[in-house]
Amino acid sequence: MIEAPTRPLLEVTNLAKTYHLNKSLMQRLSRQPILDLKAVDRVSFSVGSGETLGLIGESGCGKSTLARTVLRLHEPTSGSIVFDGIDITKLPYRGMTALRRRMQIIFQDPYASLNPRKSVLDIVGLPMAIQGIARRADIRDRVVAMIESVGLKSAHLGRFPHQFSGGQRQRIGIARALILNPSFVVCDEPVSALDVSVQAQIIALLGSLKRELGLTYLFISHDIGVIGHVSDRIAVMYLGDIVEIGPTRELLRAPKHPYTKALLSAVPQIDAGPKRERVKLTGDVPSPLSPPKGCKFHTRCPFAFDRCRVETPVLRPQRAESSAACHLLEAS
Amino acid sequence: MSTALEAPAVAIERIETPTWQSIRRFAADGFSMTAAVVVVLFVLMAALAPWLAPHDPYESDLLRRLQPPAWMEGGEWSYFLGCDALGRDILSRIIYGSRVSITIGVAVVLIATVVGTVLGLAAGYMRGWVDIAISRVIDILLGFPYLIFAIALMAMMGPGLENIILALVYKEWVVPARVVRGEVLAAREMEYVEAARAVGAPRFHIMFREILPNILSPVIVVSTIRMAHVIILEASLSFLGLGVQPPTASWGSMVADGRAFILDAWWVCTFPGIAILLLVLSINVASQGLRDAFDPKFSD
Amino acid sequence: MHSTRSSATEMSEPLLSIRGLKTCFATRAGMVTAVDGVDLDVYPGECLGIVGESGSGKSVTFASVIGLVRSPGFIAGGSIAFEGVDLRTLSDEGWRSLRGRDIAMTMQDALTALNPALTVAEQIEEVILAHANDLPRGGRRDAARLRAVEMLRLVGIPAPEKRIDDYPHQFSGGMRQRIMIAIALSCRPKLLIADEPTTALDVTIQAQVLDLISDLRRELGMSVALITHDLGVVAEHTDRVAVMYAGQIVETGPTRELIDRPRHPYTKGLIGLIPRLSDLDAPIRPIDGQVPELIGLGGTCRFYDRCEFRTPRCRTDIPMEAVEPNHHARCIRVNEILRVEEVLQ
Repeated sequence: MIEAPTRPLLEVTNLAKTYHLNKSLMQRLSRQPILDLKAVDRVSFSVGSGETLGLIGESGCGKSTLARTVLRLHEPTSGSIVFDGIDITKLPYRGMTALRRRMQIIFQDPYASLNPRKSVLDIVGLPMAIQGIARRADIRDRVVAMIESVGLKSAHLGRFPHQFSGGQRQRIGIARALILNPSFVVCDEPVSALDVSVQAQIIALLGSLKRELGLTYLFISHDIGVIGHVSDRIAVMYLGDIVEIGPTRELLRAPKHPYTKALLSAVPQIDAGPKRERVKLTGDVPSPLSPPKGCKFHTRCPFAFDRCRVETPVLRPQRAESSAACHLLEAS
Repeated sequence: MSTALEAPAVAIERIETPTWQSIRRFAADGFSMTAAVVVVLFVLMAALAPWLAPHDPYESDLLRRLQPPAWMEGGEWSYFLGCDALGRDILSRIIYGSRVSITIGVAVVLIATVVGTVLGLAAGYMRGWVDIAISRVIDILLGFPYLIFAIALMAMMGPGLENIILALVYKEWVVPARVVRGEVLAAREMEYVEAARAVGAPRFHIMFREILPNILSPVIVVSTIRMAHVIILEASLSFLGLGVQPPTASWGSMVADGRAFILDAWWVCTFPGIAILLLVLSINVASQGLRDAFDPKFSD
Repeated sequence: MHSTRSSATEMSEPLLSIRGLKTCFATRAGMVTAVDGVDLDVYPGECLGIVGESGSGKSVTFASVIGLVRSPGFIAGGSIAFEGVDLRTLSDEGWRSLRGRDIAMTMQDALTALNPALTVAEQIEEVILAHANDLPRGGRRDAARLRAVEMLRLVGIPAPEKRIDDYPHQFSGGMRQRIMIAIALSCRPKLLIADEPTTALDVTIQAQVLDLISDLRRELGMSVALITHDLGVVAEHTDRVAVMYAGQIVETGPTRELIDRPRHPYTKGLIGLIPRLSDLDAPIRPIDGQVPELIGLGGTCRFYDRCEFRTPRCRTDIPMEAVEPNHHARCIRVNEILRVEEVLQ
């Protein structure tokens, strides 16, 4: 269990999400082996109030599933989620409704995340209408204020998503997530689908909104440059596990886990000068349907030894509030 | 590579709903638009039959038995398409017959679409036992040949307009239900649905307000295509004598009546046949145009 | 590996020479000029990076080179010379035989670019049989298969003689990108056009694929045009770079020099908004505004609306100007800006 520097707003303990892939009637009758996809495999972390926790990992590592499970958009298989002192793990969908005002999400795909048949007013106003906290006229005023604060104009209210550029659509998605004044926002790859110049605009916007509104972010990205700039702490995921977590500077300066090292050294840098020592990985990420035994990273790890193939390492505290899960670190 | 070669996106300043854009695209397509006009003309013909028909479609005049069309020897301009075996004016009967075809086509497709959409939404969004139950019924109904299923039902229920509609709806709802279920399965994974769930939107809201408007275009397109199919089925049932009962004019029964004289008096079955062909063809062409206009691949 | 090359390339004749290329798309909203007057040379053995955001025209430029611009798009002007032959004067037949043999292209999305209904073996052999003329007369097929296996081994597919009969969907994203590179390289092209070869891939896989392209380039002595939106990729893997904005090249030069001393305000902006791991305190400075629509442009600098250095004098068509012998920028104020910056420092 890693303590966040401030009072934790969100505490996740041993959270797991498993998808049973072939559970249709026919497949059960034909006695096929049940395929379990452990998208998130007993993960623990906490996010302090006002903090940004960056979550990084490659595609299929389970970072998006983790974020959605934390918000109870997907049902957790086991473990617990405590939000601001309330255990929300088992709350029914309706019981979650009031809490959803305080926890929101910004999605990756600015094309899929906005209903193409709805106007900006309807999209951004939906959370208020669902939560029933304002009359129609008030909703309109609030929506205007909200979209202006994310850099759109009130003239945009009646327009439809297809009439906006990718960056503007992402602003609409941000306005929708923030209109209920949440305290906790999951940013699920909010800039990955955008061009670099637009990406920088959105990162700047998310930063200033955080300062103004005192938000807490769980910020997911596969781009270390972006994560490094927005996060206070970073958690690195590989095949459903958090393999390393720690303060941003510490983790980027002195990564502990071989996977983190490889990830950091693989990022092409525009700066000349001394390069990070390259930790080259070979081969592909194994299928999460049949993850390797022992340490899941041992098939690609240049430092793997016998123990890694049998025993699963656990997350252990290292220097300076960081933790990593690797047998090598224990040995030394 | 496709992304590289598409024309760069250009923002359109006019404020337009996606639906309005589709309609505009449809209107710009001359061929489909012509077909749509033909369909509208048929509908008008059905609605205004009493004013349009030159004669009473039920009045028989045995002196005019099998009278040929106007342009042939022995024809008369006031009986433009000639007369049938009972000496009734074929043109008038075709005009009245359009009422049966169009009423049944519209009614069956409308009821089937509403029923099928609701069941398909439920199956696709709720999944679980609801989905299993609805999907199995669909599978079973798909196992019966359509026409034989309808014949059996008509034999059980007896002839009549309402019974034809019922007999056809019994199976017709399966088509929109399957389309809707498939579309819902794709749409429920969209992030805008998750966004609605993330603010606690109730299931009913998500199904009918978020998902339904986005899957309506394929449903409308499929329904228009099916309307042509239903009109042919009605004609087939009437041809077999299981449809609307005489003396009510129906294109299918008119073709059946004329069959016996096809060598001596070809016009008796040919003209109602042409009417069926023209209406079905126009509906099909128009629905192709609708599909192109509503297909998201073409939208900008 | 960067700066030494520029002087060497200066002496040799370019392999590919594009002059005044203009490619348009007819749309309902009007004529979109996606590529507007591009001049570009690719020298033998070099890796040229083409960097720009979406809509900058970087992909359309090379789609024009390889003859993949289709209606409603068309090449409206300019010349594309490959080894001195203007490709635009070639017959369809001539162009087709050149494509695949001398010029090959890999696409961003390997899953859709590979035919899902054919095995990898069939797809590679098809290219080899169509273009290679050094196969033995008898047993051409066997020779082609042998060469296909060799290509897969070259791009690092494990157990190629077994995997070659698999279908594309049986490979991972990184492996599919390697297969596409294998197909592109199977006839030893002189020029490989790699269109965003790693955009769809994870960063550790991206590193593997880019290293592979660099290694193969050295080994086979070919030229590579690497189209990307990622300046980091450009910095680590190219010798020279061309920056595109709104259908035009705005700056070209040796990679290291251009990144260390960008001269065009857009390039400066682009570099300023890359989040750097080496300096977390350096703020990410967004460029305000949006890329202009590509309709009816002209008579002004295209970056005008977003440029912090703009003056009324910029409202005219801006030519490329040399700032160093091999370094050009499309900005009339480059020297003024440079002087101001020197004073400020």
